[in-house]
Amino acid sequence: MSNPAMATLPEGPEATWRKALAEGRLLLQRAKGSGTVFFPPRWAEPGTGETDLEWIEAAGLGTVYSVTVINQKPPQLPYHVALIDLDEGARLMSRVDGVPAEQVHIGMRVCARIITEQDAPLLVFEPIGEKG
Amino acid sequence: MGGNFPRGRTAIAGYATYGMGEAPGHSSLEIAAQASLRAVADAGLNMADIDGLFICLPDDFFAGMSLAEYFGLSPRFTDNNRTGGSSFMCHMITAAMMIDAGYIDTALIAYGSNQRTNSGKLASAFRPNAWDLPYRPLFPVSPYALAAARHMHDYGTTREHMAAVAVAARQWANTNPEAFAKGPLSIEDCLAARMVSSPISVRDCCLVTDGGAAIVMTRTDRARGLHPKPVPLLGAAAATWWNSIAQAADVTTTSAAESGPRAYAAAGLGPQDMDVVQLYDAFTINTILFLEDLGFCPKGEGGRFVADGHIAPGGSLPVNTNGGGLSCCHPGMYGLFAIIEAARQIRGEAANQMPDVHVALAHGNGGTLSSQATVILGSLATI
Repeated sequence: MSNPAMATLPEGPEATWRKALAEGRLLLQRAKGSGTVFFPPRWAEPGTGETDLEWIEAAGLGTVYSVTVINQKPPQLPYHVALIDLDEGARLMSRVDGVPAEQVHIGMRVCARIITEQDAPLLVFEPIGEKG
Repeated sequence: MGGNFPRGRTAIAGYATYGMGEAPGHSSLEIAAQASLRAVADAGLNMADIDGLFICLPDDFFAGMSLAEYFGLSPRFTDNNRTGGSSFMCHMITAAMMIDAGYIDTALIAYGSNQRTNSGKLASAFRPNAWDLPYRPLFPVSPYALAAARHMHDYGTTREHMAAVAVAARQWANTNPEAFAKGPLSIEDCLAARMVSSPISVRDCCLVTDGGAAIVMTRTDRARGLHPKPVPLLGAAAATWWNSIAQAADVTTTSAAESGPRAYAAAGLGPQDMDVVQLYDAFTINTILFLEDLGFCPKGEGGRFVADGHIAPGGSLPVNTNGGGLSCCHPGMYGLFAIIEAARQIRGEAANQMPDVHVALAHGNGGTLSSQATVILGSLATI
């Protein structure tokens, strides 16, 4: 009894991205025409509406663009939130694990890691090229 | 670039605030309704004259229908635009276009919030998107902190510069009977304040108050017969470049850099023509960013501009003359209070009245530096 038209709908880009993340792969979208890489996943390239897109696997390397340390009531430790610029060109919100929050700084080189948190895959980063 | 904005053809005919600071025993709708009754009376009109209704409430996505029902109105148009704190500047743009086109005659733009006495916390339905949420940014402060941290990195802005914004706001508030936060506040006080989301401390954050506000807009030729000092709308523009701060191409430049020039073009004026300036200061970094983006100082110089004393009482550019969201009131969405302070300065009714005010700018911000909307008000002498 299902609508036959529905069977032809492709999977949404967000679902594609989340499935890949669950398999340990970090995907990004690239507009074939302009070569622009963007995140989060969409049906169309932001700014142009171009729909001729392809998935690429990100190398996972990036740089901290900005960071804020959030204080909590003791004994809870401070934590941080960072904006990461991936080398492919996309920016996203994440965090840098493996170092105290206060040591995460703008310009820090980082590498992606997919962990499990609250029963779901989560993209985080770790420092590279410098000691924590 | 000004497009077809109806410069000076619509005006604020009346305004009112209500329940600024604390309004115990009121719902948000009741605060908005009291402000509305007073604004309509100030305009010399009756509630039945209202045929366009614009409102944003913290807790009611259908606030327009709620206010229509409350007053027994049957508006020709009802607008619940939710671009955060800038909603009311956006309402003014829509109302001006609709009034000038003849679709409506008289618009009521209203707001009310009981967030302080009701919960003591920011009342908002506003959440990080699904991509940002797992990293637990404090909302809305952390996105502003990310912008501030990058502004410091790129331009050498300091916490002392940000503190100077808070101190200037307090100095204005100290001589405004309507302001909620009064008393001495020093740079050292701000620097010693508890850090919330670095580099933003509690003294870099706006107040959490109650408060309501309302304005009535109509054609300027009609407003002249209603109130001795109508306040014409000379120009206005809105711009949105992102929702999540993670999607900003450059977190140190907001779309105020677009809304400002378009509003100036519509008004036929520039930043040098503004007699007073009201900027949406949810956080101290906002004032710095908007001073730059609206052309009052070069990009990157906002912190030093403020630290040099320009925006404080006695400075070269009166900014947030009521004390702003930092020290006057901030019930969750501040935009309409910035508009009313601008209009008061033009009518000569402000607590910290500046001499010879003919042009005033009110700038609204919504979301996480996401929605920017600028309105430029004038005296009758400017049209």
